[in-house]
Amino acid sequence: MSSENVRFTDFKSDKQPTWCPGCGDFGTMNGMMKALAETGNTPDDTFVVAGIGCSGKIGTYMRSYALHGVHGRALPVGTGAKLANPDLEVMVAGGDGDGYSIGVGHFIHAVRRNVDITYVVMDNRIYGLTKGQASPTSRPDFETSTTPEGPKQPPVNPLALAMSAGGSFIAQSFSSDALRHTEIVKEAIEHDGFSLVNTFSPCVTFNDVDTYDYFRDSLVDLSEEDDYDRHDYDQAKDAILDADKEYMGVLYQDENSTPYHEAHGVHENMAELPDGAPDGATDLVREFY
Amino acid sequence: MHDDLNWAIGGEAGDGIASTGKIFAQALSRAGRHVFTSKDFASRIRGGYTAYKIRTSVDEVQSVVDRLDVLIALTERTVDENLDELHEESVIIFDGDRTEFSDFEAPDDTVGLDIPLKSLAEDAGGAIMRNIVALGAVCAVTDFPIENLDESLEKRFGNKGESIVENNKQAARLGYEYVNDEYADVENPYELETTDNDYVLLNGDEAIGMGAIAAGCRFYAGYPITPATDVMEYLTGRIEQFGGHVVQAEDELSAINMALGAARAGARAMTATSGPGIDLMSETFGLVATSETPLVITNVMRSGPSTGMPTKQEQGDLNMMLYGGHGEVPRFVLAPTSVAECFHKTVEAFNLAEKYQLPVYLTADLSMAVTERTYEPDEFDMDEVEIDRGKLVDENEISAWQNEKDQFKAHAVTADGISPRAVPGTEGGVHMSTGLEHDELGRRTEDTDVRVEQVDKRNRKVETAEERENFDYREFGDADADSLVISWGSNEGTIVEALDYLDDLDVRVLSVPYIFPRPDLTDDVQAADDVVVIEANATGQFANVVEHDTLERVDRINKYDGVDFKADELADEIKQTLEA
Repeated sequence: MSSENVRFTDFKSDKQPTWCPGCGDFGTMNGMMKALAETGNTPDDTFVVAGIGCSGKIGTYMRSYALHGVHGRALPVGTGAKLANPDLEVMVAGGDGDGYSIGVGHFIHAVRRNVDITYVVMDNRIYGLTKGQASPTSRPDFETSTTPEGPKQPPVNPLALAMSAGGSFIAQSFSSDALRHTEIVKEAIEHDGFSLVNTFSPCVTFNDVDTYDYFRDSLVDLSEEDDYDRHDYDQAKDAILDADKEYMGVLYQDENSTPYHEAHGVHENMAELPDGAPDGATDLVREFY
Repeated sequence: MHDDLNWAIGGEAGDGIASTGKIFAQALSRAGRHVFTSKDFASRIRGGYTAYKIRTSVDEVQSVVDRLDVLIALTERTVDENLDELHEESVIIFDGDRTEFSDFEAPDDTVGLDIPLKSLAEDAGGAIMRNIVALGAVCAVTDFPIENLDESLEKRFGNKGESIVENNKQAARLGYEYVNDEYADVENPYELETTDNDYVLLNGDEAIGMGAIAAGCRFYAGYPITPATDVMEYLTGRIEQFGGHVVQAEDELSAINMALGAARAGARAMTATSGPGIDLMSETFGLVATSETPLVITNVMRSGPSTGMPTKQEQGDLNMMLYGGHGEVPRFVLAPTSVAECFHKTVEAFNLAEKYQLPVYLTADLSMAVTERTYEPDEFDMDEVEIDRGKLVDENEISAWQNEKDQFKAHAVTADGISPRAVPGTEGGVHMSTGLEHDELGRRTEDTDVRVEQVDKRNRKVETAEERENFDYREFGDADADSLVISWGSNEGTIVEALDYLDDLDVRVLSVPYIFPRPDLTDDVQAADDVVVIEANATGQFANVVEHDTLERVDRINKYDGVDFKADELADEIKQTLEA
């Protein structure tokens, strides 16, 4: 399939999603598929990795090479795949639990490694598939089955984590704003380095606080703010740490950061092998004389 | 005159024990002598007792023995630690100016050579070279031509500049001359011959790393852990020359997942760790197996459980590798039995992983991993390495494995249990893989028939492998003996040497490098009058497997104090066990 003919529906599998009707994940996934198609990728050269939870199902509903892994470990899988074959478009999807709780260690290190992958987090601020427990992005007073009086602890701020780890592309989007979400994911794909897109993807079944209406009313779209410069670190830092407002758009981008493959000289597709030991292997033995 | 020499240097960690030992071992190897080294080290950076031992002979050597002929004692404790192994012809080199003991009174009339190592080193350019002075003294004591040290010193210090190399050569000569001048009257019982043989000297971790590159491994991710870190250190800086890359991951969970990602992208990939790391990798191990991803997982075993004794020998992880992980998934477990076999089995592990599309545990134990041994270089013949990628399909072969909707059947149910494999980038091979039970397309299912079909399909790979591969054992000793000794892992060399101490007791020895699938030992065990399984663990994990397979009770020799088996003491134990 040549990339000119690809449409976003080519990235759609014939499997009907089992997400709840109205789930934010539909919009998140559609935007990802559109962004992939519009950036010239094909299902054959795309590798989508996800972990566990509602977000983890994405590989089933999309049509591409995909891996549905274990909880919290999707980023290392994506990292290995991208380094082994830099020609692949590697996109990692996760939820707020997958990425910021069990997988938060990998998240920090993936950001600082700056491997050229796109990480889309479907952030609904709750554990959906296990039927409604608090997540690391839940509000302190958010009552759930495991936190009847709320978690009583501050939520993780993924954008701040990414910034503190040296993130070179930090963005936030909203699944229901299809146009902006698609644009942002496209920019993330085109960014040369690790890209975080934290996507508000409301859970209509278990979260009655962080709803479509809430995000629609509260999110400030940075593309409509004339004086916002995404390349200005201090401005980005202020926006990311702003306790009163939540933003949509690319909050920070460092186009001059050095992606992993350049820093480490990893450019080869490692899949091709000769039938025997590689040329020069005998030199390895000589070293031990 | 003795040619077979057991040598050691002992002191505190941080005293340069390991590098001194390595320099001498290389000098011996380059002089055409066989070398077998062993290390006694503590889990600390400085201080604590540490020793490096070398056994050398013009004949092949493959174990340590309970005898020490020449000892460089940098501390008094060094002597105490080795008291049992000293004998009347032992020579102890020490520095009366530096050690707490100014004279040496050892049992059995041991000879003590008091040599001002530090001040001679200072004469040569720096006190740090006192160990090299001692090596020069060793050359004098053993009639080993001191020129043989020069090349080793060049190799070790070459990158630090010519003057450092020259100073070290001078330090060695000062030690050499001091012994010849001051102890000319001391009778020298040792004489190390040199030969024209060309040997290579390497340890198990290095052999695994070299085998990995030879087998086309391009991606390695690991997290530092004793005693597996040497594999990563070996690959770093070398694998890049062959188009590969090493990532030091943030933890073992990440390491195995990175390797999984690289393997799915089509690279031959590996991670290496030790027991505690395998624990952490277990969840992903199940995913690797059920997604049918080819992956080599090296487990360099150390003493467990928990943190156990990280720098000590044990073969305690066999059960974990055989049975670890929830649910039931096929995996192969290979256990090389010598340093050279670490190379060959690593190559085989990569081929098996891709041919059968499953995780392969490759396990060495600490002793083998850190033990250096000499070999003929053609033991590592790169021209003999073959790479078999199994059912890896390209664009042209895809259509044979597509359904009527042009969907690729990545988990197609086949007679041999092996499905086609398409890596991302292959046109028409698009599919998803998952740890969920899945159908032929890789899609989640809870359909009872499909579940059974897929479980059977995966397990069928084991039967296929048993038919197609040669999962055999190696045999030593007396083929007609009534007594049978069975071993796995690094004990092989020690057992072979123990045969020399068994006098009139004849035994047949089977050394088994395949833990799963493994050779059927039923006939061998049933034909023998007595069977003893030797392993470095407390509960006899392999012995249990043998009993399970053969429905016969076997005797066991188990050692789990963290110390290697020694040939002479093992011979005694074999005698006692078989004659009981």
